[in-house]
Amino acid sequence: MTTVTMTVNGAPVSHDVEDRTLLSSLLRDGLKLTGTHIGCDTSQCGACVVHVNGQAVKSCTMFAVEADGAEVSTIEGQANADGSLNVIQQAFQDHHGLQCGFCTPGMVMSTVSLLKDNPKPTETEVRAYLEGNFCRCTGYHNIVKAILAASGQDVSAE
Amino acid sequence: MYAFDIERPTSVADAVAALKDEDALALGGGQTLIPTLKQRLAAPSKLVLLTGIADLQGIANDGDTLRIGGTTTHATVAADTAGSYPALADLASHIGDPAVRNRGTIGGSLANNDPSACYPAVALASGATIITNARAIAADDYFQGMFETALDDGEIVTAVSIPVPEKANYQKFVQPASRFALVGVFVAKFAGGVRVAVTGASNEGVYRWTQAEAALTADFSAAAIAGLSVDADNLIADVHGSAEYRAHLVKVMTGRAVTAA
Repeated sequence: MTTVTMTVNGAPVSHDVEDRTLLSSLLRDGLKLTGTHIGCDTSQCGACVVHVNGQAVKSCTMFAVEADGAEVSTIEGQANADGSLNVIQQAFQDHHGLQCGFCTPGMVMSTVSLLKDNPKPTETEVRAYLEGNFCRCTGYHNIVKAILAASGQDVSAE
Repeated sequence: MYAFDIERPTSVADAVAALKDEDALALGGGQTLIPTLKQRLAAPSKLVLLTGIADLQGIANDGDTLRIGGTTTHATVAADTAGSYPALADLASHIGDPAVRNRGTIGGSLANNDPSACYPAVALASGATIITNARAIAADDYFQGMFETALDDGEIVTAVSIPVPEKANYQKFVQPASRFALVGVFVAKFAGGVRVAVTGASNEGVYRWTQAEAALTADFSAAAIAGLSVDADNLIADVHGSAEYRAHLVKVMTGRAVTAA
Protein backbone atom coordinates (compact mmCIF):
# COMPACT_ATOMS: atom_id res chain seq x y z
CA MET A 1 0.00 0.00 0.00
CA THR A 2 1.07 3.53 -0.78
CA THR A 3 -0.30 6.69 0.80
CA VAL A 4 -1.54 9.20 -1.76
CA THR A 5 -1.84 12.78 -0.57
CA MET A 6 -3.52 15.25 -2.87
CA THR A 7 -5.97 18.11 -3.07
CA VAL A 8 -9.42 17.22 -4.38
CA ASN A 9 -11.72 20.11 -5.19
CA GLY A 10 -9.66 22.29 -2.91
CA ALA A 11 -9.68 19.99 0.10
CA PRO A 12 -6.59 18.05 1.20
CA VAL A 13 -7.07 14.27 1.25
CA SER A 14 -4.85 11.36 2.10
CA HIS A 15 -5.65 7.76 1.31
CA ASP A 16 -3.88 4.40 1.26
CA VAL A 17 -4.12 2.59 -2.06
CA GLU A 18 -2.65 -0.42 -3.79
CA ASP A 19 -0.19 0.72 -6.45
CA ARG A 20 -2.42 -0.68 -9.19
CA THR A 21 -5.39 1.43 -8.08
CA LEU A 22 -6.63 3.75 -10.81
CA LEU A 23 -7.33 7.38 -10.03
CA SER A 24 -10.97 6.78 -11.02
CA SER A 25 -11.23 3.99 -8.44
CA LEU A 26 -9.68 6.11 -5.69
CA LEU A 27 -12.12 8.93 -6.41
CA ARG A 28 -15.19 6.72 -6.55
CA ASP A 29 -14.47 3.91 -4.09
CA GLY A 30 -11.98 5.58 -1.76
CA LEU A 31 -13.30 9.12 -1.60
CA LYS A 32 -16.94 8.34 -2.51
CA LEU A 33 -16.90 10.99 -5.23
CA THR A 34 -19.10 8.97 -7.55
CA GLY A 35 -19.80 11.84 -9.95
CA THR A 36 -16.77 10.70 -11.94
CA HIS A 37 -18.20 7.89 -14.05
CA ILE A 38 -16.49 4.83 -15.45
CA GLY A 39 -18.08 4.08 -18.79
CA CYS A 40 -15.72 1.96 -20.80
CA ASP A 41 -12.66 1.55 -18.57
CA THR A 42 -10.61 1.41 -21.79
CA SER A 43 -9.85 5.15 -22.13
CA GLN A 44 -12.25 5.55 -25.02
CA CYS A 45 -15.39 7.16 -23.62
CA GLY A 46 -14.27 10.10 -21.47
CA ALA A 47 -16.97 9.76 -18.78
CA CYS A 48 -14.12 9.66 -16.23
CA VAL A 49 -12.43 12.93 -17.27
CA VAL A 50 -11.16 14.94 -14.30
CA HIS A 51 -8.52 17.65 -14.07
CA VAL A 52 -5.10 16.93 -12.63
CA ASN A 53 -3.04 20.07 -12.08
CA GLY A 54 -5.45 21.87 -14.38
CA GLN A 55 -5.27 19.42 -17.27
CA ALA A 56 -8.08 17.16 -18.44
CA VAL A 57 -7.14 13.49 -18.11
CA LYS A 58 -8.96 10.19 -18.24
CA SER A 59 -8.88 9.13 -14.61
CA CYS A 60 -9.34 5.47 -15.58
CA THR A 61 -6.02 5.63 -17.42
CA MET A 62 -3.84 7.04 -14.68
CA PHE A 63 -2.74 5.42 -11.45
CA ALA A 64 -3.79 7.03 -8.18
CA VAL A 65 -0.16 7.18 -7.03
CA GLU A 66 0.62 9.32 -10.09
CA ALA A 67 -1.69 11.97 -8.62
CA ASP A 68 0.30 12.09 -5.37
CA GLY A 69 0.89 15.76 -4.61
CA ALA A 70 -1.45 16.91 -7.38
CA GLU A 71 -4.44 19.19 -7.41
CA VAL A 72 -7.41 17.21 -8.67
CA SER A 73 -10.78 18.63 -9.56
CA THR A 74 -13.88 16.60 -10.34
CA ILE A 75 -17.46 17.31 -11.30
CA GLU A 76 -18.29 17.66 -7.59
CA GLY A 77 -16.11 20.77 -7.50
CA GLN A 78 -17.72 22.57 -10.43
CA ALA A 79 -20.82 24.17 -8.92
CA ASN A 80 -20.72 27.77 -7.81
CA ALA A 81 -19.88 28.51 -4.17
CA ASP A 82 -23.57 28.92 -3.32
CA GLY A 83 -24.34 25.49 -4.74
CA SER A 84 -25.98 26.72 -7.92
CA LEU A 85 -24.94 25.27 -11.27
CA ASN A 86 -21.98 26.91 -12.95
CA VAL A 87 -22.35 28.49 -16.40
CA ILE A 88 -21.48 25.29 -18.25
CA GLN A 89 -23.70 23.06 -16.13
CA GLN A 90 -26.58 25.55 -16.44
CA ALA A 91 -26.13 25.65 -20.22
CA PHE A 92 -26.31 21.84 -20.39
CA GLN A 93 -29.59 22.02 -18.49
CA ASP A 94 -31.01 24.94 -20.49
CA HIS A 95 -30.18 23.41 -23.86
CA HIS A 96 -30.99 19.82 -22.97
CA GLY A 97 -27.36 18.77 -23.41
CA LEU A 98 -28.01 15.45 -21.76
CA GLN A 99 -30.50 12.64 -21.73
CA CYS A 100 -29.37 9.77 -19.48
CA GLY A 101 -26.61 11.94 -18.03
CA PHE A 102 -23.98 9.24 -17.77
CA CYS A 103 -21.44 11.03 -19.99
CA THR A 104 -22.23 14.47 -18.56
CA PRO A 105 -19.55 14.70 -15.85
CA GLY A 106 -16.86 14.04 -18.44
CA MET A 107 -18.50 16.37 -20.94
CA VAL A 108 -18.57 19.18 -18.40
CA MET A 109 -14.96 18.63 -17.31
CA SER A 110 -13.76 18.57 -20.93
CA THR A 111 -15.76 21.72 -21.62
CA VAL A 112 -14.10 23.51 -18.70
CA SER A 113 -10.73 22.70 -20.29
CA LEU A 114 -11.83 23.70 -23.76
CA LEU A 115 -13.19 27.09 -22.72
CA LYS A 116 -10.13 27.82 -20.60
CA ASP A 117 -7.90 27.41 -23.68
CA ASN A 118 -10.36 28.68 -26.26
CA PRO A 119 -13.06 30.94 -24.78
CA LYS A 120 -15.03 31.33 -28.05
CA PRO A 121 -14.69 28.04 -29.94
CA THR A 122 -16.37 27.41 -33.27
CA GLU A 123 -18.75 24.49 -33.62
CA THR A 124 -16.01 22.60 -35.49
CA GLU A 125 -13.56 23.23 -32.66
CA VAL A 126 -16.10 22.06 -30.07
CA ARG A 127 -16.75 18.85 -31.97
CA ALA A 128 -13.03 18.23 -32.45
CA TYR A 129 -12.34 18.80 -28.76
CA LEU A 130 -15.03 16.31 -27.75
CA GLU A 131 -13.39 13.54 -29.78
CA GLY A 132 -12.62 11.65 -26.58
CA ASN A 133 -16.03 12.08 -24.96
CA PHE A 134 -18.76 9.71 -26.07
CA CYS A 135 -22.49 10.31 -25.69
CA ARG A 136 -24.78 7.50 -26.78
CA CYS A 137 -28.05 9.41 -26.29
CA THR A 138 -28.02 12.87 -27.74
CA GLY A 139 -26.24 12.68 -31.07
CA TYR A 140 -24.14 15.55 -29.67
CA HIS A 141 -26.25 18.33 -31.19
CA ASN A 142 -27.51 19.79 -27.93
CA ILE A 143 -24.20 19.20 -26.16
CA VAL A 144 -22.44 21.30 -28.79
CA LYS A 145 -25.20 23.89 -28.55
CA ALA A 146 -24.88 24.03 -24.76
CA ILE A 147 -21.12 24.52 -24.98
CA LEU A 148 -21.45 27.30 -27.54
CA ALA A 149 -24.07 28.95 -25.31
CA ALA A 150 -21.83 28.55 -22.25
CA SER A 151 -19.12 30.41 -24.17
CA GLY A 152 -21.51 33.35 -24.53
CA GLN A 153 -22.31 32.78 -28.19
CA ASP A 154 -25.79 33.16 -29.63
CA VAL A 155 -27.31 29.76 -30.34
CA SER A 156 -30.87 30.91 -30.96
CA ALA A 157 -30.60 29.91 -34.64
CA GLU A 158 -29.18 26.45 -33.88
CA MET B 1 -4.92 -5.91 -13.44
CA TYR B 2 -2.50 -8.20 -11.69
CA ALA B 3 -0.79 -6.61 -8.71
CA PHE B 4 2.52 -4.78 -9.11
CA ASP B 5 4.54 -2.13 -7.34
CA ILE B 6 5.18 1.32 -8.77
CA GLU B 7 8.55 2.99 -8.26
CA ARG B 8 8.85 6.73 -8.75
CA PRO B 9 12.50 7.60 -9.42
CA THR B 10 13.55 11.22 -9.89
CA SER B 11 16.71 10.56 -11.91
CA VAL B 12 17.48 8.54 -15.04
CA ALA B 13 20.16 6.62 -13.13
CA ASP B 14 17.66 5.52 -10.49
CA ALA B 15 15.15 4.54 -13.18
CA VAL B 16 17.75 2.46 -15.03
CA ALA B 17 18.68 0.75 -11.76
CA ALA B 18 15.03 0.02 -10.96
CA LEU B 19 14.49 -1.44 -14.43
CA LYS B 20 17.24 -4.03 -13.87
CA ASP B 21 14.74 -6.10 -11.89
CA GLU B 22 13.31 -8.97 -13.84
CA ASP B 23 9.77 -8.23 -15.11
CA ALA B 24 10.05 -4.49 -14.44
CA LEU B 25 8.56 -2.20 -17.09
CA ALA B 26 8.95 1.52 -17.73
CA LEU B 27 5.74 3.57 -17.47
CA GLY B 28 5.50 6.80 -19.44
CA GLY B 29 2.09 8.42 -19.83
CA GLY B 30 0.46 5.00 -19.68
CA GLN B 31 -2.04 5.61 -22.47
CA THR B 32 -1.14 2.27 -24.07
CA LEU B 33 0.40 0.39 -21.15
CA ILE B 34 -2.45 0.92 -18.67
CA PRO B 35 -5.12 -0.46 -21.06
CA THR B 36 -2.72 -3.34 -21.78
CA LEU B 37 -2.40 -4.07 -18.06
CA LYS B 38 -6.18 -4.00 -17.66
CA GLN B 39 -6.46 -6.64 -20.36
CA ARG B 40 -3.85 -8.68 -18.48
CA LEU B 41 -1.75 -8.72 -21.62
CA ALA B 42 1.23 -7.67 -19.52
CA ALA B 43 2.10 -8.81 -16.02
CA PRO B 44 5.07 -6.79 -14.74
CA SER B 45 6.21 -7.20 -11.15
CA LYS B 46 7.06 -3.52 -11.05
CA LEU B 47 6.38 -0.35 -13.02
CA VAL B 48 9.02 2.34 -13.07
CA LEU B 49 7.35 5.71 -13.49
CA LEU B 50 9.39 8.00 -15.74
CA THR B 51 7.22 11.12 -15.58
CA GLY B 52 8.72 12.28 -12.27
CA ILE B 53 12.18 12.69 -13.84
CA ALA B 54 12.69 16.39 -14.61
CA ASP B 55 15.57 15.70 -17.05
CA LEU B 56 13.20 13.86 -19.42
CA GLN B 57 10.83 16.78 -19.91
CA GLY B 58 10.74 19.73 -22.24
CA ILE B 59 11.88 20.89 -25.65
CA ALA B 60 15.13 22.59 -26.67
CA ASN B 61 15.57 24.26 -30.06
CA ASP B 62 18.98 25.06 -31.52
CA GLY B 63 17.52 26.37 -34.79
CA ASP B 64 18.19 23.31 -36.96
CA THR B 65 17.18 20.58 -34.56
CA LEU B 66 14.63 20.08 -31.82
CA ARG B 67 15.54 18.00 -28.83
CA ILE B 68 12.39 16.73 -27.16
CA GLY B 69 12.57 15.02 -23.79
CA GLY B 70 11.16 11.50 -23.65
CA THR B 71 8.31 12.24 -21.27
CA THR B 72 7.17 15.38 -23.06
CA THR B 73 3.44 15.00 -23.66
CA HIS B 74 1.75 15.22 -27.04
CA ALA B 75 -0.07 18.35 -25.82
CA THR B 76 3.23 20.06 -24.99
CA VAL B 77 4.77 19.07 -28.33
CA ALA B 78 1.68 20.40 -30.12
CA ALA B 79 1.83 23.71 -28.25
CA ASP B 80 5.58 24.28 -28.18
CA THR B 81 6.63 23.28 -31.72
CA ALA B 82 3.91 25.18 -33.59
CA GLY B 83 6.41 27.87 -34.55
CA SER B 84 9.54 25.78 -34.98
CA TYR B 85 8.19 22.67 -36.74
CA PRO B 86 4.50 23.18 -37.67
CA ALA B 87 4.05 19.75 -39.30
CA LEU B 88 5.24 18.08 -36.10
CA ALA B 89 2.89 20.24 -33.99
CA ASP B 90 0.01 19.40 -36.30
CA LEU B 91 0.77 15.68 -36.05
CA ALA B 92 0.98 15.84 -32.25
CA SER B 93 -2.28 17.79 -32.02
CA HIS B 94 -4.17 14.98 -33.79
CA ILE B 95 -3.00 12.03 -31.72
CA GLY B 96 -5.83 10.45 -29.72
CA ASP B 97 -7.98 13.07 -28.00
CA PRO B 98 -7.23 16.05 -25.72
CA ALA B 99 -7.18 14.04 -22.49
CA VAL B 100 -4.93 11.40 -24.02
CA ARG B 101 -2.59 14.10 -25.35
CA ASN B 102 -2.26 15.49 -21.82
CA ARG B 103 -0.82 12.17 -20.65
CA GLY B 104 0.74 10.33 -23.60
CA THR B 105 4.46 10.92 -24.20
CA ILE B 106 6.67 11.01 -27.28
CA GLY B 107 9.18 8.62 -25.73
CA GLY B 108 6.45 6.17 -24.84
CA SER B 109 5.09 6.22 -28.36
CA LEU B 110 8.53 5.69 -29.88
CA ALA B 111 9.35 2.89 -27.43
CA ASN B 112 6.06 1.13 -28.15
CA ASN B 113 6.34 1.53 -31.96
CA ASP B 114 2.71 0.77 -32.63
CA PRO B 115 2.42 0.09 -36.37
CA SER B 116 -0.33 2.73 -36.63
CA ALA B 117 1.18 5.39 -34.38
CA CYS B 118 2.00 8.87 -35.69
CA TYR B 119 5.32 9.70 -34.01
CA PRO B 120 7.31 6.94 -35.73
CA ALA B 121 6.41 8.60 -39.06
CA VAL B 122 7.76 12.03 -38.13
CA ALA B 123 10.84 10.52 -36.52
CA LEU B 124 11.71 8.38 -39.53
CA ALA B 125 10.87 11.02 -42.15
CA SER B 126 12.86 13.69 -40.30
CA GLY B 127 15.90 11.45 -39.87
CA ALA B 128 15.62 11.78 -36.11
CA THR B 129 17.99 10.33 -33.57
CA ILE B 130 16.52 8.43 -30.63
CA ILE B 131 18.60 9.12 -27.54
CA THR B 132 18.58 6.64 -24.69
CA ASN B 133 20.29 6.38 -21.34
CA ALA B 134 23.02 4.35 -23.10
CA ARG B 135 23.42 5.60 -26.68
CA ALA B 136 22.05 7.49 -29.67
CA ILE B 137 20.23 5.46 -32.35
CA ALA B 138 19.43 6.74 -35.85
CA ALA B 139 15.74 6.37 -36.70
CA ASP B 140 16.73 4.27 -39.74
CA ASP B 141 18.20 1.70 -37.34
CA TYR B 142 15.72 2.16 -34.51
CA PHE B 143 12.40 0.96 -35.98
CA GLN B 144 12.67 -2.80 -36.49
CA GLY B 145 9.15 -4.00 -37.14
CA MET B 146 5.69 -4.04 -35.57
CA PHE B 147 6.15 -3.15 -31.86
CA GLU B 148 9.88 -3.87 -32.31
CA THR B 149 12.69 -1.37 -31.77
CA ALA B 150 16.44 -1.39 -31.25
CA LEU B 151 15.92 -0.77 -27.52
CA ASP B 152 17.39 -3.32 -25.15
CA ASP B 153 15.52 -4.49 -22.06
CA GLY B 154 15.52 -1.72 -19.50
CA GLU B 155 16.78 0.93 -21.94
CA ILE B 156 14.94 4.27 -21.64
CA VAL B 157 14.22 6.77 -24.41
CA THR B 158 15.50 9.93 -22.75
CA ALA B 159 15.01 12.26 -25.73
CA VAL B 160 14.54 12.42 -29.45
CA SER B 161 16.56 14.78 -31.60
CA ILE B 162 14.59 15.87 -34.66
CA PRO B 163 16.14 17.84 -37.54
CA VAL B 164 13.72 20.49 -38.83
CA PRO B 165 13.12 20.21 -42.58
CA GLU B 166 12.60 23.07 -45.06
CA LYS B 167 9.08 21.84 -45.72
CA ALA B 168 7.01 19.04 -44.29
CA ASN B 169 3.48 17.74 -43.99
CA TYR B 170 1.69 14.79 -42.44
CA GLN B 171 -1.48 13.34 -43.90
CA LYS B 172 -3.39 10.85 -41.78
CA PHE B 173 -6.29 8.84 -43.14
CA VAL B 174 -7.96 7.84 -39.90
CA GLN B 175 -9.60 4.56 -39.10
CA PRO B 176 -12.93 6.09 -38.14
CA ALA B 177 -13.49 4.18 -34.91
CA SER B 178 -10.04 4.21 -33.32
CA ARG B 179 -8.79 7.39 -35.02
CA PHE B 180 -5.43 5.71 -35.41
CA ALA B 181 -3.83 6.02 -38.82
CA LEU B 182 -5.26 3.55 -41.31
CA VAL B 183 -2.48 5.05 -43.40
CA GLY B 184 -0.38 8.06 -42.45
CA VAL B 185 2.35 9.59 -44.61
CA PHE B 186 4.93 12.11 -43.43
CA VAL B 187 6.87 13.92 -46.14
CA ALA B 188 9.94 15.98 -45.17
CA LYS B 189 11.98 18.03 -47.65
CA PHE B 190 15.56 18.81 -46.63
CA ALA B 191 18.28 20.58 -48.61
CA GLY B 192 19.86 17.18 -49.20
CA GLY B 193 16.70 15.39 -50.34
CA VAL B 194 13.19 14.26 -49.49
CA ARG B 195 12.25 11.58 -46.99
CA VAL B 196 8.86 9.84 -46.96
CA ALA B 197 7.75 7.71 -44.01
CA VAL B 198 4.59 5.61 -43.96
CA THR B 199 2.76 4.44 -40.85
CA GLY B 200 -0.36 2.32 -40.42
CA ALA B 201 0.14 0.42 -43.66
CA SER B 202 2.75 -2.26 -43.18
CA ASN B 203 3.04 -5.48 -41.22
CA GLU B 204 6.61 -4.33 -40.57
CA GLY B 205 5.51 -1.06 -38.95
CA VAL B 206 6.74 2.35 -40.11
CA TYR B 207 8.89 2.34 -43.27
CA ARG B 208 10.36 4.66 -45.88
CA TRP B 209 8.94 4.76 -49.39
CA THR B 210 12.30 5.19 -51.09
CA GLN B 211 10.93 5.19 -54.65
CA ALA B 212 8.85 8.26 -53.84
CA GLU B 213 11.79 9.87 -52.05
CA ALA B 214 13.91 9.65 -55.22
CA ALA B 215 11.13 11.02 -57.41
CA LEU B 216 10.33 13.86 -55.00
CA THR B 217 13.99 14.78 -54.53
CA ALA B 218 14.17 15.32 -58.31
CA ASP B 219 10.81 17.12 -58.49
CA PHE B 220 8.90 18.05 -55.33
CA SER B 221 5.37 17.83 -56.70
CA ALA B 222 2.48 15.39 -56.50
CA ALA B 223 2.88 14.85 -60.25
CA ALA B 224 6.34 13.40 -59.64
CA ILE B 225 4.88 10.29 -57.99
CA ALA B 226 1.92 9.89 -60.35
CA GLY B 227 3.64 7.11 -62.28
CA LEU B 228 4.72 5.15 -59.20
CA SER B 229 2.82 2.23 -57.74
CA VAL B 230 2.93 0.82 -54.22
CA ASP B 231 3.40 -2.91 -53.80
CA ALA B 232 0.64 -4.37 -51.61
CA ASP B 233 2.85 -7.28 -50.52
CA ASN B 234 3.26 -7.30 -46.74
CA LEU B 235 0.83 -4.44 -46.19
CA ILE B 236 -1.76 -4.83 -43.44
CA ALA B 237 -5.08 -6.37 -44.49
CA ASP B 238 -7.91 -6.31 -41.96
CA VAL B 239 -11.61 -5.58 -41.62
CA HIS B 240 -10.92 -1.88 -42.10
CA GLY B 241 -9.12 -2.17 -45.41
CA SER B 242 -7.38 -4.61 -47.73
CA ALA B 243 -3.66 -4.47 -48.48
CA GLU B 244 -4.48 -3.11 -51.95
CA TYR B 245 -6.62 -0.36 -50.42
CA ARG B 246 -3.79 0.65 -48.11
CA ALA B 247 -1.34 0.59 -51.02
CA HIS B 248 -3.61 2.97 -52.90
CA LEU B 249 -3.90 5.22 -49.85
CA VAL B 250 -0.11 5.42 -49.42
CA LYS B 251 0.21 7.05 -52.81
CA VAL B 252 -2.82 9.30 -52.38
CA MET B 253 -1.72 10.52 -48.95
CA THR B 254 1.85 11.06 -50.15
CA GLY B 255 0.56 13.26 -52.96
CA ARG B 256 -1.62 15.23 -50.58
CA ALA B 257 1.27 15.72 -48.17
CA VAL B 258 3.53 17.02 -50.95
CA THR B 259 0.88 19.45 -52.13
CA ALA B 260 0.15 20.68 -48.60
CA ALA B 261 3.81 20.98 -47.54
